[in-house]
Amino acid sequence: MLAVNFLLLAAVLFCIGVFGVIARRNAVMVLMSIELILNAVNLNLVAFALMNNNQEGQVFALYVIAIAAAEVGVGLAMVLMIYRNRKSIALDELSEMKG
Amino acid sequence: MLAAEEKYKALELSSGWFMENAWLIALIPAVAFALIIAFGKKMPFKGAEFGLVSIGASLVIATGAGIQWMQRTDSADHGGEGAQGAFNGITGVLRAAEGAEVKPFIDPVVSQWVWWQNSGLEFGIGSHIDGLSILLLWLVAFISFLVQIFSLDYVRGDRRYTHFFAALTLFSSGMLVMVMASNMVQLILGWEIMGLCSFMLIGHWWEDAYNSHSALKAFFTVRVGDVGLLIGAAILFFGSNQWAIDNLGTNGFDIRAIQAWALSGDGSSWTLLMASVTLFIAAIGKSGQFPFHTWLPDAMAGPTPVSSLLHSSTMVVAGVFLVARIYPVFWEGFNIGNGGLSFIAIIGGITIIIAALLAFVQDDIKKVLAYSTVSQLGYMMLGLGTGAWLPAVFHVFTHAFFKCCLFLAAGSISHSGSHHSFDMKKDMGGLRKFMPITFGAWCVSTLALTGVIPFAGFWSKDEIIDNVGDAGYTFLFWVGLFGAALTAMYMTRATYLTFFGEPRGAAAGIHHDAEHGYATEHRETLVTAATIDRELVSAGAAPKSLGAAAAHGDDHDDDHGDHGDHGPHESGKLILVPIVILAVLALTSGFANPTPLAGGSLGLNLGEGVELIKEYVEPRAQAVSLDIAAGHAGESVQLLEPGFVSVAGDSAASFVPAAGDKKAGCGRSIPEVGTVCYFPAVSHAVPTLSKILLSLGVVAIGYAAAIGFCIAFYKNKHPKLVGLTERSRIARGGYLFLKNKYYLDALYQNVFVYFVSRPLAKATYWFNQNVIDAAVDGVGAGGKRAGEFVYKNIDQKLVDGAVNASGTIASETGHGLQPIQSGRVNHYASLLFGAAAVGAIVLVILNVS
Repeated sequence: MLAVNFLLLAAVLFCIGVFGVIARRNAVMVLMSIELILNAVNLNLVAFALMNNNQEGQVFALYVIAIAAAEVGVGLAMVLMIYRNRKSIALDELSEMKG
Repeated sequence: MLAAEEKYKALELSSGWFMENAWLIALIPAVAFALIIAFGKKMPFKGAEFGLVSIGASLVIATGAGIQWMQRTDSADHGGEGAQGAFNGITGVLRAAEGAEVKPFIDPVVSQWVWWQNSGLEFGIGSHIDGLSILLLWLVAFISFLVQIFSLDYVRGDRRYTHFFAALTLFSSGMLVMVMASNMVQLILGWEIMGLCSFMLIGHWWEDAYNSHSALKAFFTVRVGDVGLLIGAAILFFGSNQWAIDNLGTNGFDIRAIQAWALSGDGSSWTLLMASVTLFIAAIGKSGQFPFHTWLPDAMAGPTPVSSLLHSSTMVVAGVFLVARIYPVFWEGFNIGNGGLSFIAIIGGITIIIAALLAFVQDDIKKVLAYSTVSQLGYMMLGLGTGAWLPAVFHVFTHAFFKCCLFLAAGSISHSGSHHSFDMKKDMGGLRKFMPITFGAWCVSTLALTGVIPFAGFWSKDEIIDNVGDAGYTFLFWVGLFGAALTAMYMTRATYLTFFGEPRGAAAGIHHDAEHGYATEHRETLVTAATIDRELVSAGAAPKSLGAAAAHGDDHDDDHGDHGDHGPHESGKLILVPIVILAVLALTSGFANPTPLAGGSLGLNLGEGVELIKEYVEPRAQAVSLDIAAGHAGESVQLLEPGFVSVAGDSAASFVPAAGDKKAGCGRSIPEVGTVCYFPAVSHAVPTLSKILLSLGVVAIGYAAAIGFCIAFYKNKHPKLVGLTERSRIARGGYLFLKNKYYLDALYQNVFVYFVSRPLAKATYWFNQNVIDAAVDGVGAGGKRAGEFVYKNIDQKLVDGAVNASGTIASETGHGLQPIQSGRVNHYASLLFGAAAVGAIVLVILNVS
């Protein structure tokens, strides 16, 4: 029962994260939503490790946290550069890559 | 094979450096030719020194090789056991043909390298030294050397002096290459080099149309015969190749293999006959036999040294050499051994008479000599055609000396006596007072040519005639004798016109620049009755006041260029020395093989030892064991000699034909199994005093008649003789017939050449335009149409269509997917998650079901 609650929480977090990525215009908010998705996955990993009595899932979650920190660092740096160039971090204005 | 080995004993033959390196004899002049062409003009003597030195070196090597060949022959004859010595003691008395002694076959010395290879066939090049080749090698080198010395003065100051010496040297080289050939390919090589050089030399003064026309005529006439040589060599190759591979380990171009094959009895008589006929056609062309003799007199257009070389030892002798070299082929092909009336003998007999008759009506001194050469070559061919191999080859030897001497004397006359003219009637006469040395040499050579004892021609020509009669050809025997009488007559006429009587024209000091420049006008037109030459006879009326001036020609020294004084005078040393040397040889060379002296028919018996040519040149007709022949490796000097059997013994009868037996021996019966023959057993006539007296009497009658005629006609102008050609229809007809050279030139010019140049050429042109061109055009048009079809349908539609389609597909796909690339991050994210959701749903469905 406990595990089901963990998984439900993770699913909710994931859905909130997806909504944020798709719906928000602010680049920082999108990055935060990605963090939410990652944490939902982390929660799943920890929950499954607990259910199966396996330490490796816990360790894996620690790695994901570390990589997520690096990812956010790179992402925020990009956002900063975009802001310096355009004085705006609205994603719907960044459509130069349109094919 | 065992039986053969019992019959033969091993025999060591001596060899030597000169014989094994005889290829240098031909190579040195060839190198000299290249040197003259490359550096000649920069040298102090304009290249002549290369020619002289190279021919001199060849002469030295040829002499050394000749001496070594004689040692080799002697080592075979005297190198046996003690029993042999006893036989040698009596060789001087008994003749080998009488069965007293068997002389072993002397193996030739062959040095050969592979020239080129083609599909397993090896063509060798190198030297093949036996008696015949050594004789001719020495002869060619010797005559060439003297002619080059003569040329130093004779062509001095010529505008193409260097090229003259280059061509002269290459010419000698070509003859030497041919003479030492060990296979037919090398023989053809030398033959063609000579053909080319004769063209270059005859046309040396090509600015004159007559000269270049003569050069072309010589080249093309000989070329007609050359076709026969190529076909004949091919027939021999295909006939003998397999036999040569099986028995001797060589191929069908090897001359020794051809000789052995012809005598082995394995070849079909039809093959041999065809090869003989085609090869003899080549000899007809090269040696100026009837009916291809027409080029030889015109070849006089070249400088005199060329005529001399061409007519004595090179070029024209090549045809005779070809027949003598592969004599077994002709022996078997024409059935000479059994007394068959051969093509060779018939042509030789015809040539003797028709050429001698033509010599009577020539005004050009060199043309008299040219027809004389043709006639003498007829004797050689007659001898070869009737089995008289040895006298024919001997006649080649002696004829070279006296004919070369006569030509050089004619050159000396024109150089110093008649102001570059060769016309006996216009520009000569009475020259004996001015040119005593030339006159003496001319007389010696004339006596040699006409066969007066003891001059050279007697020993060789009368031997031919004697052998022809002895072999049973009675008619040809009389033809030969008649020819000898004619020779005496026309030479008397030429001698009288040149050296006796009153000086005329240039000989009398009359300078005519118009005819200067060595040129004779183009004389291909027919002589008609209206233009019969009466100049000489009517010249008596012309003022001869200049005759006195001739004697004092030296007084007014107007030295202009190379031709010096106007009046006749004796030539310089460079011209006289070769002439005198040759005159001495014309007197003495006959003693190289004085057969009548060996038999005692002249009351003097010197023994067989005096017949040097017979001893050293004629190949011995003895069978050689096949083991030894096949294992012959070039420089190996061991072979087998026949064992000496007693005269009474009959066990070896097939190898030792008894006296008078013409049914056995090499070339008359098939050689025993395991042995091969290289030369047929030719018979030798034993000269008798009555026949010698007969031939000398015929010559004497000829001389007497001719001298009487000359004095009556040219000196006394006997009224019955002068103008005879205008009064008598028969005399006029005969004279014109001869003057026009039997109309053969007209026949060739107006029929063959005309036919080729007009109707045949036109027909060929029509065929070319309408058939060959049409076919070519048709193929071209068809190809163009096929190309157009392929272009339109396959290239444009199929290939290009595929290429274009792939491009279009890629382009359209790209355009279709373009909207997805919106550039907006949210958009991408929604697509990503949507796709992930779809994937998840699919997974769930798959796992559940």
